Amino acid sequence: MSTTLLGLYRPGTTLLHRLRAGTKLVALFLAGIVVVAVRGPVSGVLALTVAVALVRWSGMGLRVLLRTLRGILVVAALLAAYQAWQQGWPRAVESVTDLVALVLLATVLTVTTPIDEVLDAVTVALGPFRRLGVDPGRAALAFSLMIRAVPTTIEIADRTRDAAVARGLQRDPRARLVPLVIRVVAEARATGDALHARGIGDD
Amino acid sequence: MSHIELEGVTVRLPSVGGDVLALRETSLVLTEQRIALIGPNGSGKSTLARLVNGLVRPSTGRVVVDGLDVADDGPAVRRRVGFAFTDPSAQLVMPTAVEDVALSLRRTHPDKVERRRVAREILAFYGLAGLGDRSVHGLSGGQRQLLALAGVLATDPSVLVADEPTTLLDLANSRRIAELLFGLEQQLLLVTHDLDLAARCDRALLVDGGAVVFDGPAQDAVARYRALAVG
Repeated sequence: MSTTLLGLYRPGTTLLHRLRAGTKLVALFLAGIVVVAVRGPVSGVLALTVAVALVRWSGMGLRVLLRTLRGILVVAALLAAYQAWQQGWPRAVESVTDLVALVLLATVLTVTTPIDEVLDAVTVALGPFRRLGVDPGRAALAFSLMIRAVPTTIEIADRTRDAAVARGLQRDPRARLVPLVIRVVAEARATGDALHARGIGDD
Repeated sequence: MSHIELEGVTVRLPSVGGDVLALRETSLVLTEQRIALIGPNGSGKSTLARLVNGLVRPSTGRVVVDGLDVADDGPAVRRRVGFAFTDPSAQLVMPTAVEDVALSLRRTHPDKVERRRVAREILAFYGLAGLGDRSVHGLSGGQRQLLALAGVLATDPSVLVADEPTTLLDLANSRRIAELLFGLEQQLLLVTHDLDLAARCDRALLVDGGAVVFDGPAQDAVARYRALAVG
């Protein structure tokens, strides 16, 4: 069973919980631009510090968060090693801190905001684009499904890894990657069927 | 009760090496409140059930629900026909229980506060009070199936198609789901391997080899299926 918090709302009473979903989405969007635009390891470490502070403020325990992010931390470690080899340590520190900071900020959003409110905020934000042919409700649904896909994909990856280990194939990348891709595609189809079955997204 | 009609429907499904005939030409009118679909694995009963909601499109013929052609009026038909899958995990698309039910209520309850209140009421009605903020991944199999049914029934369909809803459950949860299904006012189209459940229906279709080989009283269909299985 997945223990990830990304995509999972946890009720609370902090200011972060009380802020409007639209405000948090805009803040996340702007933070993403700033984190990517401002270069250098110092700004990356600063962004990560702010993100960790917000995580603490949202009421999440660091131990739970680290367990949640272990998959992303593995990716971050691989990225750090590659960047250090190719472009040196400063670039590696910048890349990894930027990545983890953004994931943490996104986690703060999803942990403090019911997905339903995110759906409403995105629907309102995309309202003006209706005249251009955009269906705000459908776009908002796609957005929320994208958030939901993160823990689901991590859970599928965990199951795929367990299946590979059970057959003694833990070191075979094909035994982990190919089933993962197939299962993620199957999950996407199943999600489509599930929405279809409830008549959601038809409007 | 709704009026479900299949007119000369065949279904061919794409497969490696060419299309497979999943359902031979079938014509049916379904008006009873509780109808069971029974038969061996791979016989075509799930394909038949999925036609009613539009999850599977007919290759020939047409499926009509209350005068609405599933091919032409898909959204309207899906508002009338809810579908519950064997694996509830495949049906739960939101992170928490209350959000999943609230998703079904978006069309009928635009106000989010009211929507959440109604979603929690629905959860309580199905015995899931207190689990609203739990991750759907953290629920037991029985709770997930109840939640999946709650999510479908929240759309207030006039027909519920349930594809082996008790197959993955233990005995206690199986009974719990069965009592829920048989207590519904909605028309129920139940795909099942549980012959005791099938026997409680008003009518049963025995499907084998992509064709309805028996259509009649549920007790008779179950007896025919037992004979077929024994060979």
